[in-house]
Amino acid sequence: MKILHDVRLMFVRNMQHTLRNPIFVFVSMFQPLMYLLLFMPLLNGLGSVPGLPAGKTVDVFIPGLLVLQALFGTAFVGFSLIDDIRTGVIERFLVTPVKRSAILLGRVLRDALILLIQCILITLVAIPFGLSINVGGFLLSLLLYALIGFTMASISYGFALIYKIEDSLAPTLNMITLPVSLLSGIILPLALAPVWIQNLAKVNPFSYAVDATRSLFAGNFLNVEIVEGFVVISVLAIIVFLWGLRSLKRMAS
Amino acid sequence: MVGDLVIETKGLRKTFISDEKGGKKEVEAVKGIDLTVRKGEIFGFLGPNGAGKSTTQKMLSTLLRPTSGEAKVLGYDLAEQQQQIRQNVGCVSQTGGADLASTGVENLVLQAQLYGLDTSTAKKYTSEFVKRFQMTSFIMRPAQSYSGGQKRRLDIALGMIHHPQLLLLDEPTTGLDPQSRAYLWGEIKKLKAEGVTIFLTTQYMDEADKLCDRIAIIDYGEIIITGTPAELKGYVGGDTIVFGFLSEDTAQCAESLLTKSIQVERIQTNKSSVYFTIKDGEKMMPELLRSLDAKNLTAQSVMLSRPSLDDVFLKYTGRSLREDEEIK
Repeated sequence: MKILHDVRLMFVRNMQHTLRNPIFVFVSMFQPLMYLLLFMPLLNGLGSVPGLPAGKTVDVFIPGLLVLQALFGTAFVGFSLIDDIRTGVIERFLVTPVKRSAILLGRVLRDALILLIQCILITLVAIPFGLSINVGGFLLSLLLYALIGFTMASISYGFALIYKIEDSLAPTLNMITLPVSLLSGIILPLALAPVWIQNLAKVNPFSYAVDATRSLFAGNFLNVEIVEGFVVISVLAIIVFLWGLRSLKRMAS
Repeated sequence: MVGDLVIETKGLRKTFISDEKGGKKEVEAVKGIDLTVRKGEIFGFLGPNGAGKSTTQKMLSTLLRPTSGEAKVLGYDLAEQQQQIRQNVGCVSQTGGADLASTGVENLVLQAQLYGLDTSTAKKYTSEFVKRFQMTSFIMRPAQSYSGGQKRRLDIALGMIHHPQLLLLDEPTTGLDPQSRAYLWGEIKKLKAEGVTIFLTTQYMDEADKLCDRIAIIDYGEIIITGTPAELKGYVGGDTIVFGFLSEDTAQCAESLLTKSIQVERIQTNKSSVYFTIKDGEKMMPELLRSLDAKNLTAQSVMLSRPSLDDVFLKYTGRSLREDEEIK
């Protein structure tokens, strides 16, 4: 099928670019590792608080931390696309018969795969800190992180295609990632929040993902939060990808 | 395809909305142009910066959607059959669009695959073009290390890799050194000899003159005039000829002889030289020399200068193409 052929070509091309400087796969893991080493001990010192039972801090904190990585690790991929727009690479692709969706999918899938590798590495680092995980739940969580990465990458590319310059892209992406991560109970549980923040968090799609992955890590497969998380993020992923595709098709005209 | 027309446009028009002080303004970049490009020719689209050359080229390559008007490219409808056009047209933009972090070979192989060629054919075509454009010495290095001329060779190879019937070249030699320009001109002529139709935009008169079979001059989004370089220059008037003689007396005699015997214009004598304008100066030259010799008025020196495309541009726009370049 042509779409699979084209996606494979674009995926390989983008992966080659990443592998040219593989060090950056690790550099962008710096933020979550800092949280793990320098922030999680603070949570341990809090004792028992609502939503963060004493002695289980790491089990609650790590799934959220991986969502944080999924958000921030992929949020800034749009910068690489701006470089490709400026050097005319995207225009060159657009005058070939390659599927427009493949141009975007080849990047987004690369970003999601890199993210998965990072999530696995972070989890491995967390195990000596006492992390106990349900393996099946962890594997399902990886799928959820991939969907979050897919979503954030699509948003990033969508704005890159609209702005075409770096100056506007960074503040826009910060404007999205910061409230979205604060309102998902990643750093501190939302159980601590006043009611209005809790209500605000209900319209944040990523808070559902955090709830879902925490249930999965704990092995509570029957929890309805899991289905909610997958449905919400899948729908969002499809919507933002189509929006990004529309931006790509409109880029030139 | 209708007859042997490779490109045919009717009222092709493109407007952009631009943000300016005092609100949004509609800018008409291409004002409804009619164009025909014939099979096998090099068609030059000549005009100053901002005349609408690139916009037209981007419409023909399906990159920009025309605001109105219609066009057929290789017989395919521009509005309906974009995939067929993309598959059969090669396109080289001004920026080129090579992936700078990748090697030339990686660029070329991927480009061939994007046109649907399998890996072994893609590699075969790549090595063909590497040899053809003499890129062996640098093609395994990342493209960011290439010189301007090397990069341009890669760009054109990228546009040609799938052996299209029509090649759109947007200012292929802008910013290149004279040697690289001459090399590229040679390669473009070779492509024509192989039967490829070439649509080339340029802001250089000498390039249009030396390379193109036919030229359309575009200014402010409108085509001013179309024709072969010779035809266009013919519209300006004749060639200028200067005969030099040994003495002022001989020159005076020559002037009166030429005035009486042959159809010349604007003749004048300055010291021992006679200046005049004549149609088809090259063809007339032997006859002129013979008639001078017959009266023992031997010319010591001869100079013939043909009108340039700049004279054409000047005549139809009231401006010189060169002035525009300098302002830029």
